[in-house]
Amino acid sequence: MSSRNLDRFGVPGWLQAAPFGLVFAAFFIVPLILVVIVSFWDYNDYQMMPAFITRSYTDSFEGCLTKLPDLCTIFKTYLSTAKFCLIVWALTLVIGFTVAYFLAFHIRTQTTQMVLFLVCTIPFWTSNVIRMVSWIPLLGRNGLVNQMLVGGHIVDRPVEWLLYSQFSVALAFVHLFSFFMVAPIFNSMMRIDRHLIEAAYDGGASGWQMLTNVIIPLSKPGIAIGSIFVVTIVMGDFITFGVMGGQQIASAGKAIETRLSALQFPPAAANAVILLGATMLIIGVLNRIVDIRKEL
Amino acid sequence: MNEGRSPAFYALSLFFALFVLFLYGPTIVIFILSFQGPTGGLTFPLNGVSVHWFGKLWAGGGIVDIAGAFKRSLALGLVVMILTVVLSLLAGLAFRKRFVGSDLLFYVTVASLIVPSIVTSLGIALEFRLIDDLIKQHGPAWLADGFQTSLGNFTSGLGAHLTWTLPFGLLVMFAIFNRFDGRYEEAARDLGATPWQSLRYVILPIILPSLVGVGLFGFTLSWDEIARSSQVMGEHNTLPMELQGLTTTVTTPEIYALGTATTGVSFGVIAMALFAIAILRARQARHGSDAGRA
Repeated sequence: MSSRNLDRFGVPGWLQAAPFGLVFAAFFIVPLILVVIVSFWDYNDYQMMPAFITRSYTDSFEGCLTKLPDLCTIFKTYLSTAKFCLIVWALTLVIGFTVAYFLAFHIRTQTTQMVLFLVCTIPFWTSNVIRMVSWIPLLGRNGLVNQMLVGGHIVDRPVEWLLYSQFSVALAFVHLFSFFMVAPIFNSMMRIDRHLIEAAYDGGASGWQMLTNVIIPLSKPGIAIGSIFVVTIVMGDFITFGVMGGQQIASAGKAIETRLSALQFPPAAANAVILLGATMLIIGVLNRIVDIRKEL
Repeated sequence: MNEGRSPAFYALSLFFALFVLFLYGPTIVIFILSFQGPTGGLTFPLNGVSVHWFGKLWAGGGIVDIAGAFKRSLALGLVVMILTVVLSLLAGLAFRKRFVGSDLLFYVTVASLIVPSIVTSLGIALEFRLIDDLIKQHGPAWLADGFQTSLGNFTSGLGAHLTWTLPFGLLVMFAIFNRFDGRYEEAARDLGATPWQSLRYVILPIILPSLVGVGLFGFTLSWDEIARSSQVMGEHNTLPMELQGLTTTVTTPEIYALGTATTGVSFGVIAMALFAIAILRARQARHGSDAGRA
């Protein structure tokens, strides 16, 4: 595409992009700035008041130094959230990579490829809450899994930890967000020049060598993008933790929601700033492992 | 290298089949259970087959205003869909040219996908609450008298949804224009087409099937959105928000009936979109010239 020739053809680019940009200015940039500002405001039971104090932050980190070596609430919460990030990341990566690899290298016709990819995508277009609710009849105390376990005399009484537990939260995350790994990795794999594969094959590479020396390195951009999606979703989530955890499991996102339901906006904003900082830190680390901008 | 199927192929096929079962299995289970008999419970076995719970859902007995939430979500989804298509198309066209701030706009768009939804939602809520305060304290009397809130489905709610749907819209537009052959456009211009004519008669007909895809993202992502909606919808909740509330209070298969109905709408929209894309593609294949093809 000869973009240079298009430059002076028709409406200027900035004008065409203006409505799109204004939406993000009004509903993303300004709100984020307000979150930072309000995190330094004062508040009482009825309202928030313009000020410049660090009360919301000091409250959030209360006891973090004095309680040592015990962890304070916010550290515990972030540690627990990070644990979920790691588990969900590892599982979605293995599943997503395997599915994408199968679609990209073992399906021969493009039509079949697209149809199977669509099969993976369609659930992404349906409601997350309903997909969470749909685990209840399977994992509940009298659910299908327990009926089978008890009926098969594998356990004496129904297993309790299947639902409203750390297990069900992690399971729901993998169920809901594998797509965010499958799509970018599949995209990366489809861009790999098939001649490279043939060259490796002709050079005598085994299937395993082909995978580790050719395909995985070339799929890195997709893996990095998928990882960013999955990790940031888990970091900021409060709905999956709430619904699948029976409102019992703490998470970084839920900490904000708890403050909001009490209409304590400044502490909620302070927690949001902390969450934002943690998220950027993780992206920074991931960016160090793979230079995402270069790989795009 | 493609002669015969390796053992790996069969192992991977099995893995893929299990993955698909994992994706769809639970949804199929609640689909079946939503036809539970009137005396049935939340799990198997089925005590007869009936549409009892759908009837109950429709009558609205006991549960919050589901019909109202349904209509609100539908209306909001349609508006979000239209805006997502129009704004993404315009931005997609813009990104084919160079313009000041294009890098910044791209990074902001990607950031909107990555910043946790609850943070965005909180920010928008703060913004509109501060606007409320301003109007109440300093607004003209005709506006300030009896003023409640500027938070609502089609103000803050619409904006929140757009920050979620537009990034996907733009990424799809990038994919479209990466494959778009700019020579069609140059040919149109060389033949004297105005910018508008080349858009209307050359670009749009070629990318129309993909635009349907953008619309599909716009509607479905809005239809199911909760995290960004959570703080910004004002007094009227959308359907998925009501549904989330019901997960802790409703202990009858009514919730499955609601799930089946909502998923039914999603599947209906997806099917319509895919059907429209297939028809448009077929039309293109039929009417398109073979000039320039190998």
